[in-house]
Amino acid sequence: MWSRRQGRLRPTVWSAGVYGGSEPRVLGCALRKARREQQLVSKRLLRDDAPEEAGEGCVAAILGETEVQQFLRQAQQGTEEKEREGALVSLRRGLQHPETQQTFIRLEGSMRTLVGLLTSNQALLQLEAARCLHELSHSEQSTVAEACLPATSYLLTYLSGHSSDFIELCLYTLGNLIVESEAVRRQLLPQGIVPALAACIQSPHVAVLEALGYALSQLLQAEEAPEKIIPSILASTLPQHMLQMLQPGPKLNPGVAVEFAWCLHYIICSQVSNPLLIGHGALSTLGLLLLDLAGAVQKTEDAGLELLACPVLRCLSNLLTEAAVETVGGQMQLRDERVVAALFILLQFFFQKQPSLLPEGLWLLNNLTANSPSFCTSLLSLDLIEPLLQLLPVSNVVSVMVLTVLCNIAEKGPAYCQRLWPGPLLPALLHTLAFSDTEVVGQSLELLHLLFLYQPEAVQVFLQQSGLQALERHQEEAQLQDRVYALQQTALQG
Amino acid sequence: MQLPPALCARLAAGPGAAEPLPVERDPAAGAAPFHFVARPVRFPREHQFFEDGDVQRHLYLQDVIMQVADVPEKPRVPAFACQVAGCCQVFDALDDYEHHYHTLHGNVCSFCKRAFPSGHLLDAHILEWHDSLFQILSERQDMYQCLVEGCTEKFKTSRDRKDHMVRMHLYPADFRFDKPKKSRSPASAEAPGDSGERSEGEAMEICSEPVAASPAPAGERRICRHRIPSTICFGQGAARGFKSNKKKTKQC
Repeated sequence: MWSRRQGRLRPTVWSAGVYGGSEPRVLGCALRKARREQQLVSKRLLRDDAPEEAGEGCVAAILGETEVQQFLRQAQQGTEEKEREGALVSLRRGLQHPETQQTFIRLEGSMRTLVGLLTSNQALLQLEAARCLHELSHSEQSTVAEACLPATSYLLTYLSGHSSDFIELCLYTLGNLIVESEAVRRQLLPQGIVPALAACIQSPHVAVLEALGYALSQLLQAEEAPEKIIPSILASTLPQHMLQMLQPGPKLNPGVAVEFAWCLHYIICSQVSNPLLIGHGALSTLGLLLLDLAGAVQKTEDAGLELLACPVLRCLSNLLTEAAVETVGGQMQLRDERVVAALFILLQFFFQKQPSLLPEGLWLLNNLTANSPSFCTSLLSLDLIEPLLQLLPVSNVVSVMVLTVLCNIAEKGPAYCQRLWPGPLLPALLHTLAFSDTEVVGQSLELLHLLFLYQPEAVQVFLQQSGLQALERHQEEAQLQDRVYALQQTALQG
Repeated sequence: MQLPPALCARLAAGPGAAEPLPVERDPAAGAAPFHFVARPVRFPREHQFFEDGDVQRHLYLQDVIMQVADVPEKPRVPAFACQVAGCCQVFDALDDYEHHYHTLHGNVCSFCKRAFPSGHLLDAHILEWHDSLFQILSERQDMYQCLVEGCTEKFKTSRDRKDHMVRMHLYPADFRFDKPKKSRSPASAEAPGDSGERSEGEAMEICSEPVAASPAPAGERRICRHRIPSTICFGQGAARGFKSNKKKTKQC
């Protein structure tokens, strides 16, 4: 059976043609490039880490045609069960190599034999055959994935069985095949993968659920997903179950939650039918999960929570743009100012551990505050302006977003601006005016305008602190000059 | 980034919202050349904004960064044998036994001993092969249900059903769990596998009494059993089909 030790998911790199273990930074560059080319494909490989038996070679060799045939024949026709199993084990090891995979698929009748073994009543043979398929599923070649097509109806059938290890294996195999080939997806949909997953998601086994989430996330990332896949997923019972997996509490499993949070993200950002999800309580569930995450972040030094935080933030942010939020009482749950507290705790966590996720957190903050006097007030009453300003130096993108949130607050009128001044805001603005990035400066100008409008006393202080000189620096810049001029006028008249 | 000390306490306290300050906008706020408007932003799937987070996600999938969940070792136990009569498999790990049990003994037809991968397929099999009421009804109405989970189509014959599964669901024509019922004489020793395919070591009895297909209501000697024979017990007091997930099979 599968070794369930920590290291069972072996780090292999499959996208952008990079092979072998690399440093995370280098790997990150390769993945970034792949994403830009919209070819970001990652697979999961379950591989038994158990040490080899004595007498067997430790290094898997590439198998030639004769050897593949021989192993298949032994597996199919051998007399001793151990012998048949052993033959499949040897085949499976050979299939770790792309060359063997190619040899296998080119051999006539090989897949037919393997499927026959997969569907045999010999439990351990069945398992080994499934593992061989799993190795094949990891290939980067869509021809190999397509060669596995005869097996898919059986993989789906076995999802409604009861052997959790086997189901897990089938799910990871399916997930890998799904991501590799559109032909596979075109077959799996009519074969009933959505109802099969909907039935399987009721499994009590955590490993099965995590595997299911993985397979589903691969299905949802398909290019044709918004038109061809997501509608039937939304019509099934899957959304309700997914949300259940995300409910905070003692039953929440982080590995499972991560997968389903990403599934939800792919569904929501495709904008097929988000009001339906809101109707299922998505906002409420995700909001509570956010609170839970903030609590967890405070308690433990463990990294990995950002893997769950990221999709949750994205889902919430995108859902908040739906008109349905206003009408379906979603507003109710999200008037809870604990959400703001939780978000800042997460922002601090990102600041320390994963600054690249700060924009995502600030995105949610923008969407929370844009149309909500209540949340803007919370930011003021909870003394969160100063922490927010502390994020300004991180990057230009972050600066713009921080300034946008501040504008969200300031634009609500004098009552709000009074609470923004005096304080660290004006010095911070004078500082950002010194940036060279046009967008940062532009947003600073917008904020200044609002501040001057609703809190005219600020003008004097601005002038005293060499504000005019700060403005002058940008008066030649095309995108900024009109606003610079307007502010100069206001300042001089004030 | 310093957070105010009261913030954690706020998180731990109950839900609530600040009484919002009064909103009072001046039209000059949005007057040209200024153009700020507070609005929620949405990002579609492929937006570049998601790049960093997506890369993190894929690093995770490729296991370069730390796994979220802990994975326990597979427990080993002293060797034990399968309890089912006639089965002599031995195991030293509960996971192996679980798979063996479910594959060979889990969804087994009490009439002909065929094993099925799921309760769903077993139910269909019993209905179509061993239930003469089904035979009678199928003369008058479409009874053969599509085997694909979620599809509610029914058909007059198993042939029609197969055609449907091949055409609509892209199933293989030789799908192993949809073999047409063959008529057998008691003398036939045909293995419950498929013709041309080697029976995979099944040493199981075939139901040798012919299943009556003719609708002879009077004096029908064919026992029409309840679909879920209550006498079935695999030595575990188990209900057929393991429909309830609460039933643990790991103990033996």
